[in-house]
Amino acid sequence: MKSMKMLQGIAICAATSMVAVVASHADIKIGATVSATGPAASLGIPYRNTLGLLPKEVAGQKIEWVILDDGSDPTNAVKNARKLTSEDSVDIILGANTSPIALALVDVASETKTPFIAMASSIRIVSPMDDKRYWVFKASQADALMVGAIADHMKTSNVKRAAFIGANDAFGESFWAEFEPAAKKAGIEIVASERFNRTDTSVTGQILKIVGAKPDAVFIAAVGTPAALPAIALKERGYNGLQYQSHAVLNADFLRVGGKALEGTFFPTGAMLIPEQLPDSNPIKKVALDYVTQYEKQFGAGTRATFGGHAYDSFLTFANAVPAALKVGKPGTPEFRKALRDEIEKSKDVVGSHGIFNITPMDHIGLDNRARMIVTVKDGTWKLVPQLP
Amino acid sequence: MDSSVALILAQDGIVNGAIYGLLGLALVLVFSVTRVIFVPQGEFVTFGALSLAVLQTGAIPGTFWLLLAGTAWVVCGGIMSIAAGKSTFGMSFTIAMLKISLPAVVAASLILAGAPRGGLAIQILTTLVIVVPLGSLLYRIVYAPLASSSILVLLIVSVAVHLAFESAGLLFFGAEGFRTPAIVDLSLKLGPLFLSGAAASVIVVAAVLMLLLVVGLGMTVFGKALRATASNATGARIVGIRPDRAGSLAFSIAAFIGVLSGLLIGPMTTIYYDGGFLIALKGFVAAIIGGLHSYPLAVFGALFVGLSESVASFYASAFKDAIVFALILPVLLWRSIRAPHREEE
Repeated sequence: MKSMKMLQGIAICAATSMVAVVASHADIKIGATVSATGPAASLGIPYRNTLGLLPKEVAGQKIEWVILDDGSDPTNAVKNARKLTSEDSVDIILGANTSPIALALVDVASETKTPFIAMASSIRIVSPMDDKRYWVFKASQADALMVGAIADHMKTSNVKRAAFIGANDAFGESFWAEFEPAAKKAGIEIVASERFNRTDTSVTGQILKIVGAKPDAVFIAAVGTPAALPAIALKERGYNGLQYQSHAVLNADFLRVGGKALEGTFFPTGAMLIPEQLPDSNPIKKVALDYVTQYEKQFGAGTRATFGGHAYDSFLTFANAVPAALKVGKPGTPEFRKALRDEIEKSKDVVGSHGIFNITPMDHIGLDNRARMIVTVKDGTWKLVPQLP
Repeated sequence: MDSSVALILAQDGIVNGAIYGLLGLALVLVFSVTRVIFVPQGEFVTFGALSLAVLQTGAIPGTFWLLLAGTAWVVCGGIMSIAAGKSTFGMSFTIAMLKISLPAVVAASLILAGAPRGGLAIQILTTLVIVVPLGSLLYRIVYAPLASSSILVLLIVSVAVHLAFESAGLLFFGAEGFRTPAIVDLSLKLGPLFLSGAAASVIVVAAVLMLLLVVGLGMTVFGKALRATASNATGARIVGIRPDRAGSLAFSIAAFIGVLSGLLIGPMTTIYYDGGFLIALKGFVAAIIGGLHSYPLAVFGALFVGLSESVASFYASAFKDAIVFALILPVLLWRSIRAPHREEE
């Protein structure tokens, strides 16, 4: 049951914060703010669950976790981040699973000179690179990378006319901003661009307009289960063309809500969703399998959600930077935080569960084409689509 | 826009408008009888739809525990009032306590009898038995002690109840949405129109329920008592109508309408723990168009909201909700010019 899982998660949180009280001061402190409640909870819960699974020791140093819930509200998240940096004086902030929250935390991170690894989608979190974003990294793929994968796949599938329907929020707008130029570049004409709300009781008007425009493919951009509504409505209206979704829907709940209407839909994703289907030669396979096995052991088979993988990856890049940073300063000091930031920026070939990170001063994401794949739904399960061009 | 598109949009608008109409009627009823602006109306929609969804997965919905907790609260309150010497133990007390506990007992026995694994009909029945009594329990626990407070106090309490119920919804059902199966499995093709069982049942049930409300309020003793309390609470009391009974009945009807609306739209869209609020808010716009006292105007307002919503979603989907809620402004303006301002007595 969902609520049982939530209780389990809360228990983990409580346990970790209990450890935090007992632990001594020389330990490394990680602060996290996640949306365990509120509209973004479907992303926040796997994040928080994953944080509970992470090791309590890195390079011989104990780790203290302080995990706070921001209720999906940027104002709360800023309050949390202020508390984490001033009261708990954490060495690094992880978290922020929605773009508005991550963008709000950029200021806190740069003001307090604390490294911050965000998990949200918008490219604006780390671009354009400036003095503020100097302290900010992002563990999830840039929207552009994923939208690029969709546009490429549309092109190889001979799509000439595409329609877009996005959530009426920052996420939908951000995807529209990426999709419009990407489609143009691929020589695809956009014949309709519609918006819908998460709690809408019907999308009939939007779907009528889209179907009337006779597209070869429809791209639905919304977070989580709400993205199933247009997909179902399209099928009900007898639309038989291709359907695409974003990478923000990849969990079991989405398959449950969408049901048969999702069969054959294409999704961009990192490796974490389908590590079993990767060739053994792919270095990501082992890391992703490790994570998925741990997660599903704790929370049940089929509970993997790509969002949790970002939390795992942010920890891996952090852990990779710790040994070198320890040589420069002691945890809890500004020197250590600066060194941690510098070392994260030097991350080279750090294998995560989604892809391989090569972070540079200008690119604070560091993921490349190896972190994008296309999957489809076949008989209610995710299926890797052979090689993108 | 050609005629077939217009027809489909009209159908969509009428189906949604029927739901808003039902909720608008419930809001008007509760407000006129108890002066409560029933913000948590939307939570009954979500509780109804999601309780059914959870029953379908074979589990016991969290709303059942809420029902038990509410019942226990009222029963304990009754026993405590005996201890404080405010009432006496006797036949009438026992009957009252049994009446209050009845839904919880029925719900428990339905669940024990295997409702989570039973058919759709039994699951719908269980959902109704679990969620509808929450309405009158809510009235007894929260609103009855405040019955003589100002409208503003009652509104603030309503907002608090709404937030508490919404958070309880997240705890009970989780953050993800659910869809429930259609009550009637059917799909008719009428020209360009495609009528699903879900849409058809919305229209039929809404029409029947509205008719029942008209008949019930106009002809039965209970309905007359409700109307009497609505038009003059003190006068109604003098002639022997207990305002707390009337309030309790109004809340039960509102809860029933809410749950039914939830069961009706569950098959058409994905319902989230916080989704009911926006649906009820559109019902509220309809109720406002009816001046919070006229039932026919509220229904008319609801159809107007539904139709303008579906047209707006076709022409300017990004501004749909803004358009719908902006519609309330001219109505308020017209109402404030037309009706002279009165101080609340």
